[in-house]
Amino acid sequence: MEITCSQVIGGTNSPCLAERQNSIITAGKTKNRIHCADDSIAGAVSQRACVFCGARVVLNPITDAAHLVHGPVGCASYTWDIRGSLSSGSEMFRNSFSTDLKERDVIFGGEKKLTLCIDEIVQKNSPPAIFVYATCVVGIIGDDIIAVCKAASQKHGIDVIPVESSGFISGNKIIGYRAAGNALIHLITPKEGEIIQKTKKINFLGEYNLGGEKWLVERYLREMGIEINVACTGDSTVASLKQVPGGFLNLVQCTGSMHYVARLLEEEFGTPYIDVNFFGAYNTSDSLRRIAQEYGEPHMIEAAEHLIERETERIRPEIEYYRTKLTGKRAAIYVGGAFKALAIIRQLRELGVEIVFCGTQTGKPEDYEQIHGMLNPGTVMVDDANPAEIERFLIEKKVDIMAGGVKERTLAHKLGVGFVDHNHDRKDCLAGFDGAINFAHEVYVTCCSPVWKQIRAHPDWEVYHE
Amino acid sequence: MSEQTPSVREVNENQCQICMPLGSVIAIKGIEHSMVVVHGSQGCSTYMRLAMVEHYNEPVDIASSSLNEKQTIYGGEENLRKGLDNVIRVYHPKVIGVVTTCMTETMGEDIGRMIDTYLTDRNLHDVDIIPVSTPSYSGTSTEGYWTAVRDIIRYYGNPSPPHEGINIILPQVSPADIREIKRILDLMRIQYTLIPDISMTLDRPYGILYEKIPPGGTSREDITRMSGARATIQFGYCCPDNLSPGAFLEEKFGVPLHNLPLPVGLKNMDRFINTLISIAVKPVSESILLERGWLCDAMADAHKHMAEIRPVIYGEPELVYAISSLCVENGSIPPIIATGTGSPQFHRHLESLIRDLDFVPLVAEHVDFALIAKESDHLGVNLAIGHTGGKVLTERQNIPVVRTGFPIHDRIGAQRIRNLGYIGTVTLLEQIVNTYLEHKYQHYRQRIKSEYFDNGGKINA
Repeated sequence: MEITCSQVIGGTNSPCLAERQNSIITAGKTKNRIHCADDSIAGAVSQRACVFCGARVVLNPITDAAHLVHGPVGCASYTWDIRGSLSSGSEMFRNSFSTDLKERDVIFGGEKKLTLCIDEIVQKNSPPAIFVYATCVVGIIGDDIIAVCKAASQKHGIDVIPVESSGFISGNKIIGYRAAGNALIHLITPKEGEIIQKTKKINFLGEYNLGGEKWLVERYLREMGIEINVACTGDSTVASLKQVPGGFLNLVQCTGSMHYVARLLEEEFGTPYIDVNFFGAYNTSDSLRRIAQEYGEPHMIEAAEHLIERETERIRPEIEYYRTKLTGKRAAIYVGGAFKALAIIRQLRELGVEIVFCGTQTGKPEDYEQIHGMLNPGTVMVDDANPAEIERFLIEKKVDIMAGGVKERTLAHKLGVGFVDHNHDRKDCLAGFDGAINFAHEVYVTCCSPVWKQIRAHPDWEVYHE
Repeated sequence: MSEQTPSVREVNENQCQICMPLGSVIAIKGIEHSMVVVHGSQGCSTYMRLAMVEHYNEPVDIASSSLNEKQTIYGGEENLRKGLDNVIRVYHPKVIGVVTTCMTETMGEDIGRMIDTYLTDRNLHDVDIIPVSTPSYSGTSTEGYWTAVRDIIRYYGNPSPPHEGINIILPQVSPADIREIKRILDLMRIQYTLIPDISMTLDRPYGILYEKIPPGGTSREDITRMSGARATIQFGYCCPDNLSPGAFLEEKFGVPLHNLPLPVGLKNMDRFINTLISIAVKPVSESILLERGWLCDAMADAHKHMAEIRPVIYGEPELVYAISSLCVENGSIPPIIATGTGSPQFHRHLESLIRDLDFVPLVAEHVDFALIAKESDHLGVNLAIGHTGGKVLTERQNIPVVRTGFPIHDRIGAQRIRNLGYIGTVTLLEQIVNTYLEHKYQHYRQRIKSEYFDNGGKINA
């Protein structure tokens, strides 16, 4: 353990809480495991969200479903159109429905209002399914959303699916992913007597079609002769999700959100799964090869090799250009899940960038082991970091560029550090070979922007105070 | 008499309001050396941070008592105490606002008592901890904002010696707007205490030393002196009486209250200046007169275009009222005037604003965007003025949006939007007209061709 905290460390400019000291380790300098996957400490200003948020972001991209947040209006307004997921059809998912509970409902119970809201949505929008999310208050007042949803399903003849996502449940977003997973399984499981025929198509789990990423990967797979059955949940529909049991293989990309579902699908329908990762040229190539091997068909393997060679050659000059510009720069990564962290580490490495700080909101011990294995000695790893810690390491580690989400962006900018947006609201495609170029381009334009040098140069004028 | 909000619906589809604690947090951020602890589950503080970070483009730190199942059953006091300990340790604040959430309110947490016990146990004398009760099911960010401002003023509300200064109490406006108000007051050579002051705390310039709690904000000492001020000017025209901070100062300490509309538009800004003159008995700066002249010039340039504009105006009541007044005085009648909350004051003032217009606008309170979208279609709206939520109107109904208010998440510079004062009004007026014109010039050739030519010359074909 390199860092030891008493009350606070680093003086008043970079204090860190003593209780957090086991969540901060330095790669190569400790045998200790990082303390992670625990509840956030009160008052620590965690960057984490909640169970509801986890469930909401996983299910949100189901395009033709209505998403009804059961609770006072706040949770719905914070998550209205929250993702950059694209749709080839319905735009229903970009609406945010709320039961808008008032004091009266909190006192007397919100079940009646929930029923009326479901009726109203069915009448006005006729969605093929409605997801009903429980929020904190609903968990406390004990509304039986399962019973209400069941009755509404029968009444309207559509899937009305409860999502048990009260925000205060221990385990934050990960538990929200699980709640979403359970809701998905609820939807996917064939009704009595229904049989879904097995096909040779694959399901693409943990792919949310941000910036059209699902569509891009679909092109690659098509070139290899493979069809995507459905993605969970990017650009999916209620009807297409019901075909999940017909999949030949499940690809799992965002492992944090979808391993749970993949395991359940394996148990229930015998569909095997493999982890894939389409962020960066190396990961994309590796994933395509492994998918082809799962099918074991020589023409697919050949097509994959052909595609990989062609695309790698195509992007090489541009990537090389950025590499010459970026070699030796120092990066910090702070993202939601380990899957994303691992992908970014590799991609930045491919661009010649050194990783000096890496953390996640929801990493598990095995995730951190994997991350640890990829980092150079001396790199700081932090679980559930807070702004004070991020600020401290951005300065101490002389970071040139940070990759993360919205909350980290403004802090980085304030400290004169370039920033790459890798959040769930992003608008640009970062997957596949095209995404590799987009990512490299974004790293380059922010890291090597002419603005930093200018704004850092502070004039030494004599100043008088009015 | 204006029309009432049509057809009562149960479901709220695409929200035009944000939750109550967020308003309180923004107000507390306008107090010097302050931090906030949100008493609730972790997600609440993170959502509020996201909403503020994306709007102000500033780091915004908000702590949480991070309650889990156990505390929801046995009470959250231990977590709150720990949260306060940690915030004091890392941030060294002088003021901490503790705001509740719908969850802790439902649990019945008595934060006032918890804070008292905490202060006694820790023997703390240099940190003021102010409880603010914000049950989200009882209001929106607007009510949360006024509640916090009132509670902060009440917290420091002791009699103080009379002085020449005046109190300026602001609704939620941008940091740039606050700087504009201060500039005007300085030009008028008036001493003042302005609260809450987010002009630096949520918009700190690059190049100053980075501190965890940004510099600026209304100081505790200044708030304490508010009870001795000569008068209060509060831009809380639509603020409910029971939440009105200015009314509290008037009732408790006899500080005369001038409750004014936000100084957007000629009429409202003139009213502000006239009020200042009447309170301070001072001449007006020549610059202000020149600025007024530039606004009058802009109004002449804009008037015919304004007459073509049929805007929907939506958002927080103070801004909605002031912008409606701006539109009306420039010959543009808004078919829809809407807010996600509502108050008798809002309703009353709008009624008198629209009483004699050529047609009666729909004044809608407690609305969502489903209603705004539907009525915009019916009533031939051709421009929207308000926050980011209006992007659905652009996407689905081709109605351009002039972005102002909170939140603005899909453009940069929300912290620098300036709509107040004569000069701020000029900017807003021009933006309204130019957004309309860009849209008009893009479409008018095609529109007229399809109307008069494509039908083969047949009328009403």
